[in-house]
Amino acid sequence: MHPAFSVIFLTTLIGAGQGLFLALYTGQLYSVFNLVPGQSSHTFYGYGSLLALIFLVLGLISSVFHLGRPERAWRSAAMWRTSWLSREVIVLPAFMGMTFLYGVAHFMDYNPMLFSISDVFNVNLTLLLGAMATALAFLLFLCTGMIYACIKFLQEWATPLTVLNYTLLGAASGFTLATVFASYAGIQLAHFYAGWAIILTSIAFVTRMASLVRNSRIKPKSTMSSAIGIRHTKIQQKSRGFMAGSFNTREYFHNMPSIWFKSIKWVFPVLTFVLPVIILSSGMESNSFAIYAFAFVIQYVGLIAERWFFFAQANHPQNLYYQTI
Amino acid sequence: MKQLALVIDLNVCVGCHACVTSCKEWNTSGTAGSMSDFNPYDEDPTGTFFNRVQTFEIGEYPKTETVHFPKSCLHCEEPPCVPVCPTGASYKREEDGIVLVDYDKCIGCKYCSWACPYGARELDQEQKVMKKCTLCVDRIYDESLPEAERKPACVLACPTSARLFGDVKDPDSVVSENIRENGGYQLMPEWGTKPANHYLPRRKTRMTIHEDELTRIDNPLNKERQLPMPDEDEQTLDDVMSW
Repeated sequence: MHPAFSVIFLTTLIGAGQGLFLALYTGQLYSVFNLVPGQSSHTFYGYGSLLALIFLVLGLISSVFHLGRPERAWRSAAMWRTSWLSREVIVLPAFMGMTFLYGVAHFMDYNPMLFSISDVFNVNLTLLLGAMATALAFLLFLCTGMIYACIKFLQEWATPLTVLNYTLLGAASGFTLATVFASYAGIQLAHFYAGWAIILTSIAFVTRMASLVRNSRIKPKSTMSSAIGIRHTKIQQKSRGFMAGSFNTREYFHNMPSIWFKSIKWVFPVLTFVLPVIILSSGMESNSFAIYAFAFVIQYVGLIAERWFFFAQANHPQNLYYQTI
Repeated sequence: MKQLALVIDLNVCVGCHACVTSCKEWNTSGTAGSMSDFNPYDEDPTGTFFNRVQTFEIGEYPKTETVHFPKSCLHCEEPPCVPVCPTGASYKREEDGIVLVDYDKCIGCKYCSWACPYGARELDQEQKVMKKCTLCVDRIYDESLPEAERKPACVLACPTSARLFGDVKDPDSVVSENIRENGGYQLMPEWGTKPANHYLPRRKTRMTIHEDELTRIDNPLNKERQLPMPDEDEQTLDDVMSW
């Protein structure tokens, strides 16, 4: 498939935004159980939610560039019964809204106790809003992943690993971002987030490599023979019917030299997984903002390469019809 | 239950591209708006087409066969492009099974084109909406046309009648009869899309003629013709009469 930068930025930006929110809420949950020191609502959770929202809005803006007719984008919520894209279009604003409410409640320090569970565990407003936003964050990962995983003849995508990777990569980059934010805000949670970022990045490494291994063994179900229905092992296209370009020759090929494709295959794991883990663990000693920020930038660039490769690797069966001019 | 479709006879198609040009001509002048072209007479031209004729070589030289293969939207009975559409612009008509795009609802997200294994959909670069074969829906029901012309433009244009049009759900239609009797098949059956369009395979028309069929055994001339001269060493009536 042709990797469109609008979609690459959309998925990586909202992934990081979702991950950052999950990191914030994880921090809050830990502090409720007194496992980490509690943070100031105003500066940490308030501004943290704002940062997550900025990433989500940037992603949303980027997605508009993918549409031919962005002025009609409101129509895309209509078919949520059948289309994962439609579901994403609904869940993304819902998640943004819930993150906004969560951030505002923290920012205004408005956090009334709502109810308590067996008189031990007190549920207050931000905890409830955060739980709802967390559910929406995971739902959004599911929608984003399923947009790709539900197309069964794009065999490289049609696997539960796609959803898992979108979730883990988003979470990993979000926790790295949370590390940067926590160290910038001068809060002791930087170590806590860096630790989780390393763990999540390592798990994501395993699942992403699993999908690479799986994809390298794929046997295409569609063949030349099934494409034109002639039972013969030797079928060669002599003409695709036109010499000019067309949508079919642009949208389904990455149009880059194979050396580029092969090198990205090695570049993205290094940038997304190996280097961030090394930089994060070395940064944990000095706990310096600059090193954490460097780790996030490297990981984000890696994720762009990862997403490019994700699209470029998918081989659409329609390409069988467009092999020779 | 009705499912209009094309049946394309690969045994008859000569690869003349008349269906391609007539399709472009009809649909670019149709009510649905133009099918845009860019740089048509320049370097790197591009444009929107609903129908293409491709050419394949089967077998290994010198024992090869050339197959011309017209390809357009197959109007699947289980179209994978329809459920993925987020706006409902892409739909399959209940009354005749034609898969259509509502150009006024399409947002140009290209998701349906990803979800079509046949590459039948194209994004029009000018209107920025997804377009595809409509089976000339603006033509086949047009009562101002003579009944014989209420067919898709490609079908009317085909000089060899390689394209047949009709209801594949009606067992008595010409298309059903051809699918049934001439081994009609669907493309990429492995994805369960159940294309409505069918293709008829190449068929060899052979006539076996035996040696004895070349000469007429009961030829009446056998009795009436002049008998051949006997050989010189053979006895003839002349020898008897030599005295």
